[in-house]
Amino acid sequence: MADANRRLKTLAISDSGFIFDPSTGQTFTTNETGLDIFRMLKEEKSLKEITLFIENQYDVDEDIALRDVTQFLSQLKTYRLIDGF
Amino acid sequence: MRELHVAVTGLSATDNPAPGVAVIRSLREQPGWCGRIIGLAYDAYEPGIFDPRLVDAVYLLPYPSAGKEAVLQRLDEILQRERIDVLLPTLDSELSSFSQAAQQLAARGIRTFLPTEDQLKRRSKANLAALAKDLGLRVPESAAVTDFRSAEKAADEIGFPLMVKGLFYEAYRAANSSELFAAMQALVTRWGYPVILQEYVPGEEYNLAGLGDGKGGIVSAVCMKKVSVTDRGKGWAGVSIVNEQLTDVARAFVKALQWRGGFELEMLMSDKEELNLIEINPRFPAWIYLTTACGINLPYAYCLLASGEQPRMPQEYEPGILFVRCTTDLIARVKQIEDLLTRREIHY
Repeated sequence: MADANRRLKTLAISDSGFIFDPSTGQTFTTNETGLDIFRMLKEEKSLKEITLFIENQYDVDEDIALRDVTQFLSQLKTYRLIDGF
Repeated sequence: MRELHVAVTGLSATDNPAPGVAVIRSLREQPGWCGRIIGLAYDAYEPGIFDPRLVDAVYLLPYPSAGKEAVLQRLDEILQRERIDVLLPTLDSELSSFSQAAQQLAARGIRTFLPTEDQLKRRSKANLAALAKDLGLRVPESAAVTDFRSAEKAADEIGFPLMVKGLFYEAYRAANSSELFAAMQALVTRWGYPVILQEYVPGEEYNLAGLGDGKGGIVSAVCMKKVSVTDRGKGWAGVSIVNEQLTDVARAFVKALQWRGGFELEMLMSDKEELNLIEINPRFPAWIYLTTACGINLPYAYCLLASGEQPRMPQEYEPGILFVRCTTDLIARVKQIEDLLTRREIHY
């Protein structure tokens, strides 16, 4: 199956948070925060950059931001939407 | 477009539908379609018989088990009333007979574009593992069994849970010996032996419908992912997907066998990310109308191939187009049943 990075690039992500993978037919939904993270992943931002964004956007401590972002990315890995991180 | 009179089988549109209705819809929706659709049915209550939007006439055929000559004799009777330019069979159980009779059909003016007997055998369930090896694919471990004792032995080797499949139709999942024997009982009663036992591989299923040009090339193909299934595991809704890995398998299959005609690949991406070949159906699937909805009218392309023409079909299509099956009631009159049971034909 298409490697995960390639999958991420081909995902159809709508502003409503609906995500469609045209290579597998899988669908997902995410919230506004998740959409922000997807956008940054597509821009190939690093974990550090994504965490910093969340810290600033939601005015949370670094360790909370890192925990939440890592949890989200772990979920994406489970669905094979990303590789690495 | 010149007028085409096409005979189509497989009008059973139940919760386990045959492809005939979807094929006919595809033909009727080809821009500029000009022709006549003759339904060929085996049972008077096949639902597609009763939709005058689909068929212009329907004739009952003897079951394939009656033999090729009985079917040809019936076709000769039908040809007294109808012109048939192309025959598009859609059922596994009749394909071998029609394939063997291709020349006799052609002599009657009925053209087909069907796989040869050798091609049918090479992709059969019993020979799938060998073909998959040639294609560099994994196939779930399988065994063809002809009695309960050998089934028990094969199940010990394969391990539970496993899939229990009829030679042509139906599959059950068996978690233990009791379920294995119950499944075998059901399958043998309806379809006889052999029964195929297959390793159960957890993962995601994918389907592909395509058309081989008989020269190793693929006219076109569409991939699909089921998004809703019935309690019998039949797809009730599916979405078009674009997946090069699946399409590469189709190209390799068509090239290796020089496949003639329609086909469906059933594949499974295991949880270990291995692509498995589950089954190759030697005809269009019941969801074939989705290919038409994607702009790739494979049933019509089949008719062109059968007529000696080279179809030009798009290779690309849009992912995210869904088919969603819908149950509806057709209204008929008992007079139609009378006509089918006594005269064995019905006209609209």
